[in-house]
Amino acid sequence: MRSRTIKVDWLARVEGEGALHVKIKNSKVADLKFRIFEPPRFFEAFMRGRKYSEAPDITARICGICPVAYQMSACHAMEDAFGVKMDGQLRALRRLIYCGEWIESHALHVFLLHAPDFLGYEDAIQIARDHPDIVRRALQLKKAGNSLVALLGGREIHPINVRVGGFYRVPTRREMAALTGPLEEARDIAVEAVRWTAALPFPEFERDYEFVAMIHPDEYPFNEGRLISNRGLDIPVCEYDKHFAEQQVAYSTALHSQIENREAYFVGPLARVNLNFDKLSPLAQKTARAAGLRLPCQNPFKSIIARCVELVYACDEALRIIAEYEMPDQPAVQFQPKAATGYGCTEAPRGILYHRYRIDDQGLIADARIIPPTSQNQGSIEADLREFISANLKLPNKKLQWQCEQTIRNYDPCISCSTHYLNLHIEQT
Amino acid sequence: MKSQVLIIGIGNPDRGDDAVGVIVAQRLRQRLPANVPILQTTGDPGFLMETWKTFETVILIDAVRSGAAPGTIHRFDANESPLPANFFRCSTHALGIPEAIELARALGDIPPKLIVYGIEAKDFVTGTGLSASVEQAADQVVKLIFSVVGCATAIQG
Repeated sequence: MRSRTIKVDWLARVEGEGALHVKIKNSKVADLKFRIFEPPRFFEAFMRGRKYSEAPDITARICGICPVAYQMSACHAMEDAFGVKMDGQLRALRRLIYCGEWIESHALHVFLLHAPDFLGYEDAIQIARDHPDIVRRALQLKKAGNSLVALLGGREIHPINVRVGGFYRVPTRREMAALTGPLEEARDIAVEAVRWTAALPFPEFERDYEFVAMIHPDEYPFNEGRLISNRGLDIPVCEYDKHFAEQQVAYSTALHSQIENREAYFVGPLARVNLNFDKLSPLAQKTARAAGLRLPCQNPFKSIIARCVELVYACDEALRIIAEYEMPDQPAVQFQPKAATGYGCTEAPRGILYHRYRIDDQGLIADARIIPPTSQNQGSIEADLREFISANLKLPNKKLQWQCEQTIRNYDPCISCSTHYLNLHIEQT
Repeated sequence: MKSQVLIIGIGNPDRGDDAVGVIVAQRLRQRLPANVPILQTTGDPGFLMETWKTFETVILIDAVRSGAAPGTIHRFDANESPLPANFFRCSTHALGIPEAIELARALGDIPPKLIVYGIEAKDFVTGTGLSASVEQAADQVVKLIFSVVGCATAIQG
């Protein structure tokens, strides 16, 4: 009886602490655990008794890469509870800060964390030695995103200018106009990145996924819309709990998500591009087509292309919003808090981020629920790994381990988020 | 033309000894002339590389964990050799300070003189402030940098 173990105790190039442990027995995957051992962080529990207005800033601390997503989902949930409607320039500014976060986050992952897998490098430092231009472009793109978040959020990391009902301060037209030049350059880099990533070597691997994303009648989704899938799911955000279930697994401090009575599902850039391609800007669509991206795309390794298509879109959308900007009279809308339950779901860089809050008549949080994208993708990550390993058992251990890590990085997992941290272990017997 | 010296304190002010870089920066701010730029940051590599590009000498201060006694002061000349990556595993982020330095070196953007003071931390418990040994080390590093920056004559008392 042949046995093999693949073990990665500390996964590199992911956000946070996690591990992979695979046991192969008689050429079959006997056991596979994508373990997240970052300590649980209990955000949902310590939100209880805090004021509704604290939710955006407290939950933003869950993640240093996607704080805007937490602020957005928290604000929308509270606004849903209190019957506040965001429109006009304030709504546009919310989309703009989200563009900034997508650009920052996608640029970091595409070029510095995921690209080394495809190019056969250990890390971004090796890429920088051989292809300094790639790393320079990545840093320039990321900087454009950082500038957006800094302008609208008050600072680049953990922005502090977002509040329920709007912002504390809104930018002037002059401040906005200063970002046009850097964003146009960033857009050119993003267009080139779509071509470049589309030409990378991709493993032949496809699975029949259920992709889940938000959808909006008029725009590529950031902040609002219904939740849909390619298998008929079509629900308003307030019905999330009826259709999605979280389960605890002993080996992970992050809960696993499932659509009720169905298998694992897939959220993030590839799901969004598959379900919302027609809502991308003309340039983003044209660039994707010209690069040969065929939809629906069922190859998770091609998520890197989807991420670049979204980089083009985010730059385009940011430029559109800046061009049409008129400074609003008030930085936020007035509203009256009341006892109610509110639901918010927005498209974080890694996929849908759901928040639900029950607020009492004092405006205090009685109950909170936060479901980040990485915990929703854990099931798909494990299923991908099982199938990929089963189909590639002939690969030598080192290569197999390498590609397992790449498989995980397809999802740009943010482990810090999913425990509201990664390491790899493959065992063959 | 490159400016003279930039001091960067790295850390999270709310996570115990992780705050030491930021605290050293704050204390130096009180003692050094206002025209000496001193920054406090969480250590985003993009930010660091962008910021230090225009400086001749850059001094970084951060908490480290190497297994040495808490409060031990490690001094690294980053122009001579890479930083020991396992010292700086304090960040939950995918890229840390050693990676930022190596990226800059590969791109030819490393400052002509880059000194890193790593202060051995005891713990990173949220909301606890500095432990006693790290507190002492912080003062020592403040004095060391103060003398390096060439303002020793201004020491009061």
